[in-house]
Amino acid sequence: MITARINGQPETFASSLSVSAFLEEKGYRPDRVAVEQNGSIVPKREYESRLIEDGDTLEVVSFVGGG
Amino acid sequence: MQNIQVTEEEIRQALVSRHTEGIQARISAARVAVAGLGGLGSNIAVSLARLGVGHLHLIDFDRVDVTNLNRQQYFADQVGMPKTEALRENLLRINPWLDLRTDCLRVTEENAAGLLRDDTYICEAFDVAEQKAMLVRTVLEKLPEKYLVAASGMAGYGDGNEIHTRRVASRFYLCGDEKTEAAAGRGLMAPRVALCAAHQANMVLRLILGES
Repeated sequence: MITARINGQPETFASSLSVSAFLEEKGYRPDRVAVEQNGSIVPKREYESRLIEDGDTLEVVSFVGGG
Repeated sequence: MQNIQVTEEEIRQALVSRHTEGIQARISAARVAVAGLGGLGSNIAVSLARLGVGHLHLIDFDRVDVTNLNRQQYFADQVGMPKTEALRENLLRINPWLDLRTDCLRVTEENAAGLLRDDTYICEAFDVAEQKAMLVRTVLEKLPEKYLVAASGMAGYGDGNEIHTRRVASRFYLCGDEKTEAAAGRGLMAPRVALCAAHQANMVLRLILGES
């Protein structure tokens, strides 16, 4: 079990998972989000390879259309 | 630039009389980019022009459409013009001595960093969610020294007080209600779009003046 802080709230996962798997599990659309892990942006090309580990802090900003 | 009744010095003095010398000096020295000149960007640019922001960089690939007139700072006789040119014209009517740079092009992951290199503050003011996310990711990755003020969620006629500004990261701020997407029967309407644009312009002003 790992615990990560997602948008300020602690969340528990069975094990480390990729940013990509996390986004899918939570129903986010990868092309509409910006993800910060421990204070720095995760490039979209690294969503598959980047793992969320125990104790990480994630900020997920999801954009909706309109401007 | 016909029939100009006021001089550059008169406008400068008027800004100083409203804002005070020290504050105006910082505003006048600032370099701000506005990426996207629709409902958000055109309103942000008008606010920044009225503040006397020294250097404005206006970016959009599109032309003024008649459907833009419900919320964007253009006029019926400008339909068909590139937004960069139409907005330049309108801002120069507010202050004929503004230093404006315009780029009529589409911002991409590839060109964003070079395009925004000389700007200190960047307003994300796109319409399409994927474009918003792309610009935010690219600026945060490639231009981490910049201040970024983005927007999400301002459609419809819901509670105006739900439009807010929050600091997401040390140099990244987000304005909007963060949920209301433009949809059929819940279109983009002048008041909430202008509210969100005013949040963005105010956040840029606060950053220029050293607030966070």
